[in-house]
Parts: sequence; C-alpha cells; structure tokens
Amino acid sequence: MGLFNFFSKDKKEKLDDGLEKTKTGLFSKLTKAVAGKSKVDDEVLDNLEEVLISSDVGVNTTLKVIERIEKRVAKDKYLGASELDQILREEIAALLEENDTGEAVEYSVPKDKKPYVIMVVGVNGVGKTTTIGKLAHQFKRIGKNVMLGAADTFRAAAVDQLKIWSKRAEVPIVAQGMGADPASVAFDTLQSAVTQGSDVVLIDTAGRLHNKVNLMNELTKIRRVMDKVVPGAPHEVLLVLDGSTGQNAIEQARQFTKATEVTALALTKIDGTAKGGVVIGISDEFKIPVKYIGVGEGMEHLQVFNKYEFVDSLFSKKVS
Amino acid sequence: MFENLTEKFDKAFQVLKGQGQITEVNVAETLKEVRRALLDADVNYKTAKDFTNEVKEKAMGRDVLTSLKPSELLVKITHESLVELMGGEQEEVNLKGNPAVILMSGLQGSGKTTFSGKLANHLKNKKGKTPLLVACDVYRPAAIDQLHVVGEQIGVEVYSNREEKDPVKIAQEAILHARSNGQNAVIVDTAGRLAVDEQMMGEIEAVKRAIEPSETLFVVDAMTGQDAVNTAKTFNDRLDFDGVVLTKLDGDTRGGAAISIKRVVDKPIKFVGTGEKMEALDIFYPKRMADRILGMGDVVSLVERAQEQYDEEKARKLQKKIAKNEFNFDDFLDQIQQIKKMGNMKDLMGMIPGMGKAIKNMDIDDDAFKEIEAIIHSMTPQERNNHKIINGSRKKRIAKGSGTDVQEVNKLIKQFEQTRKMMQLMSNKKNMANMMKMMGGRGIPGM
Repeated sequence: MGLFNFFSKDKKEKLDDGLEKTKTGLFSKLTKAVAGKSKVDDEVLDNLEEVLISSDVGVNTTLKVIERIEKRVAKDKYLGASELDQILREEIAALLEENDTGEAVEYSVPKDKKPYVIMVVGVNGVGKTTTIGKLAHQFKRIGKNVMLGAADTFRAAAVDQLKIWSKRAEVPIVAQGMGADPASVAFDTLQSAVTQGSDVVLIDTAGRLHNKVNLMNELTKIRRVMDKVVPGAPHEVLLVLDGSTGQNAIEQARQFTKATEVTALALTKIDGTAKGGVVIGISDEFKIPVKYIGVGEGMEHLQVFNKYEFVDSLFSKKVS
Repeated sequence: MFENLTEKFDKAFQVLKGQGQITEVNVAETLKEVRRALLDADVNYKTAKDFTNEVKEKAMGRDVLTSLKPSELLVKITHESLVELMGGEQEEVNLKGNPAVILMSGLQGSGKTTFSGKLANHLKNKKGKTPLLVACDVYRPAAIDQLHVVGEQIGVEVYSNREEKDPVKIAQEAILHARSNGQNAVIVDTAGRLAVDEQMMGEIEAVKRAIEPSETLFVVDAMTGQDAVNTAKTFNDRLDFDGVVLTKLDGDTRGGAAISIKRVVDKPIKFVGTGEKMEALDIFYPKRMADRILGMGDVVSLVERAQEQYDEEKARKLQKKIAKNEFNFDDFLDQIQQIKKMGNMKDLMGMIPGMGKAIKNMDIDDDAFKEIEAIIHSMTPQERNNHKIINGSRKKRIAKGSGTDVQEVNKLIKQFEQTRKMMQLMSNKKNMANMMKMMGGRGIPGM
C-alpha cells in the first residue's frame, strides 16, 4: 500500500519526514534492545513505552499495547526485532480497527440527506474555521452546492475570516455579524440552504474550552435549533482536534460528545513534528472515526483520513 | 488550573500516609504513581523520568529520622523538586528601551493575538505604559482585523499596513510610528508557524534581527502534548527567546508539557492565560504553582488578585454604610461585580487550599451570578435602597421581571439579610481590610 497517496507532493514529504523521525528513533532503539535476546524484557518494553508516550499515545493506551504484546510474547516465546515490528503494527492497528467505519478515500456526502448539515466544533485555536474553508473547497470541487454559516460570533474577526474563505472557495455564506446569537445564525443558514437547494451546509462555531458548562450548553442549543429547520440536522458533528494536543484531547472528545454527539474527528496541524498519537487513544476509547486530517494552511491541504495508511506510515521501517 | 494533576498527587501521597518509614519499596511505588501522574499530565517523558529519579535520590539520601513523617518529607522533597523543575524564582518581562519592543512567536492557534491584547492591557493598566500593537500576521485571513478588534476592546492603538506583505517592514514602520507618537511599548504580533517550516522560521528570525526586541516571547498552548519541547527547542534555537507564555490554562488540561519546557530550553514561563477576557492574564509563579499542584492551594495569588480589583475609595464608603447598617442591594450588586472582575470563579475557588478537589466536578462558571443579578436588576431603586419595603406583590413583580420565582427572590433576600447582619457584626472588629476580602465570598448565596 502506498503511503499517503492523497497528499500533495511536498506535504507528503513533509509528513513522511516527520513520521520518519519517530520511526527511526523507535526502531533503532527497539532493535538495539532486542538484539541478542531471546525474549522481550523490561528494557524493550521500557523503550517501547518511551516511544509511544513520546508520540502522545498516552499511558493507558501504551499500557494496553504493552499488555497485548506481553500476551503475544508469552504465547509465541521467541521474538526478534522484525517480529516485534510486525506485532507492534498489528496491535496498534487493532486498536484503530476496532472502530472501523469503512475505508473512505474521497470526499462524499450521503445523497439522501439534502442539505447535508455539518456542524464544526472544538476548543480555541484548533483550526475550525480553516478546516471549514478547506472542506468547502473540497465539496465544491466534487460539484456540491455548499453554504457556510458564520455561527462563531464571539471571537474577534471570526466572521471576517470565514467570509474570506467563502470568497476563496467561491461559496455563499450566511452571517449576522459579531455578537449575534449563534443559534439564530445557524437557523438562518439552514433556511437559506433549504430555499437555495444547497447540498452541504457547514456551520462554524466559536472555540470553547470543554469545561465551560454554559458554552457547551450553547452548542446543544445550536444543535437543537437546526433540527427545527432540517429534521435530523446536523447530520454530522465534526470535532476538530489540534494534532499537537496531548492527553487533553481525550477529555475534549468526551465532553464535546456529551454536549453535541460528535460523529467524526478532524485532526489538524500534523504537518509539523507532532505525531498525533492521541488519536489512537481516542479511537480506542470512543467509537468516533477520524475523518479528515489537516496538513497545511492552503485550501487543498485537507485529506480524507485513512487509518491503515496512518498506522502503516507510523510503523513501517524507513525506506531510504 | 492543574486540578487533575493535583488530584493525582493527592492520590499518590495517600499511598504513603500512615506508614512509618520511607523504604526503597514504598517510595518506589509512590514515585511510580507520581511519574504516571506526570505523564498523564503531558509532562515530557524524559523530564518526568529525571524528576522522579531526582525525588527518589533526595528521599533516599536524606535522614528520614527527623521530626517529619516520611510522607511529609516526601511531599517536601517533591515540592522542592517541582519548584526547581518549573524554574525557581519569578521573572518579569523586560521593558528596556524606548519604545520597549516585544516580539510574539508560536504555532498556529496557540493564542498569540489574544495574548498580545492581554499583554497590552496589562502594560497599560498595571505598568503605566502607552502600548502599540502591531499586526504582522499577513497570512491568516482576517488576522489583522482580529487584532484591530482586540485593540479597540482595550483602547490600544493597532498599527497595520494592509498594502505591505513583508512583516519585517511592517514591524520597522510600527516602531517609527511609536517613536513619533509617544508610545513606549511596541507589541509585535506575528503569524503562527510550524517549527519545521524553514521559510517561515527564517522570516521571524529576520523580524527579530531588524527590530531587536527587548523581549521575545514564545506562546504555547497549555494543552500541547509531548511535542511542546521539540517545538520550544526549535523556536529557541532560532530566536533565543526570553520567556514562555502558557495559554488556555483555564481549561482542564494538566499543562504538564509546558512545565518541562523550562527544563529543555532553560527559559522561564512568564505569563499564563486563564480566559478569554482581556484581564485573564496571570504572572507565572513557579513556587505557587508547585504549591497548587501539591494541593496546598494558591492563597497568596488569590489575595493579590482580590487586592488588585479592590477600589480603596469604594471600600471606605462601604465601610461607613456597613457601620450604619445601610448596606443595600446596590452595594451587594457592586460586590458581585467586583468578584466577577477577579476572573473565572472556578479558578478563584481552586486557589483556596483543599478546594481543588471539591469543586472539580462542580459547575461554577462566570454565569453563577446571573440569576442574582437579574433579580436585583428587577428591583426598583427604592427597593434596592431599602429591601424592607419588598412585600408580596413586589416580590411577584421582581420574580416575573427576572424570570425566576418568588422562592428564589425570598431566598436571595434572606441571604442578603444574613450577609448584612454578619457584616455589621464584623465591622466592629478592627481588621477591616481582612473583612473586606472575606466579604465578597461570604456574601454570595449558595457558596
């Protein structure tokens, strides 16, 4: 399987470089620890622990992986470096695969839901507005009529920011201005979308820390209001997670799911050195698939997430 | 802040309670718990390892047969090590030069623009400076507008040049502008950039060379995971920044990754951001933060914050009123507003020793006073001045006006009367200052 077929060339290289760093560190260490030994000892497991935790996989998930490996070792007795490599891949892939929701490779929306409403939520600064701009571009590219709703009426100039994206992606936007009631903006957007026969509606919301109860309640309200215009809306609640976030992302997933029944995740900013390993933990704990990954600031720098390729590129040995 | 970590430590130290002696075995067990707590908190893997080893060495090397209990001794050593880990004494922002130039740097979405606004507000209100904000993010859509909105909110001028695409030139123009307009502190907001983005890193280096800031700050999201140290290291290698700003600490993140940044780059954490309000900026105190992590609370910061928001003149007037038993609902409302100015309620409560754990799952937020305010706002001036005239029909009207019910109104009046009574009793004592501080907390129903 080719790695990250869908990345633009330079971004792919960037991402691969980042992932290579993890791999090289991981396997040189593990190989050294395993060399000349007949079984996985504490040193190997310590190194494994270091590698996984340093990639933000988290203590719980790391322990789970180690436990699985210990079981395998107890069963299979002898383990060499290459076998360990294979087992690692399998065990971590298994954590992701348990939540498998299909192997989507292209942008698509269900045909029976029109308009298909996507509400985008997340904490401050994760890249919600940018992700919406990119999504608008992608949906437009596959021939959908897209409409944006500027329901982040709180952060300074958020509406302006989305307006610029609407111009770039050449899609209409519904906005009321700063300080307006976000639920009212969402309501207006859906009404316009119905009248104009839009296929996809993307609702931007203000960033909010998941421990602020009132702000979380506000999301629940926005959700409720949308259902009044388009029964069943929002059809998708996309939680945007910053790829460099540590274990707090798990709490974010938990709280946003509680307030808005999150159906999908977008992982942003993984074109840097951050590994995004917390996704494994989230996949392990919640049954929410990662749907998109953000790999840059350009309009085209959003990809449909493929978990097999993600694991593969994390754990395949260095090619060159 | 740091509730989770505090809780973890509480748990870790419980293991040691009731045991007579520190032994290799029971310390190892506790230290394992501590290390796990640190890793759960996103503390860098190596930092956490070093830290626990350090604590272990100190605990083992010292004579445990002192007057301290073994558990207390370990708390003490852990505390010392944490303070050391987080950077020792507090360091202020360097404002040398006229104008003093402060450069912001950091990843996308770390909160540079919001922090720039908070810092400008801080310099203006607490340092008596006349700041100028400079919009050097020429990339992100509406970034310039965002800074202008922030500037308007706090009444600070924002310099921008939408025709110019070179941040170096914009920054240079801004400094000239500040010189001719008498602004003595220039805060340069820049675009977010990834440490691996060679071109963008080169750009910010060029900005730094051109404007020679007295202070370069690295802004980092407190929720950042293990990568925080890598990013900080690269930014530090390129910019040799002077200090770190830890943002979004009002979330429930444990903030551990940022703790270890100091260790990796040897630069102090100078400020922490604790909310979206422009006042939600705190100086970082390593010692107090360590106290807090260990569940000792942060009483000193609480007191300081209360003092800052406290208006002496108002206090004197209030004191007179209380003495004459004239404290009314207007004064009550005023007190609530004072408390709200102090910032996030949960944050404030968390600073009281022992409260961190108790309020972890409580919904305390800035709207806790909404109902009370609504009720008082629904009273006529006469009613506020003399609550005794509030009879049954007035109560009904107030309840209707505030969207509550008569019971709520009754409850508030009752609590108000108790508060008033208590205040009068206390006003007989001499320590007015202490009383004032306590009053805010005691006067709020249901707390």
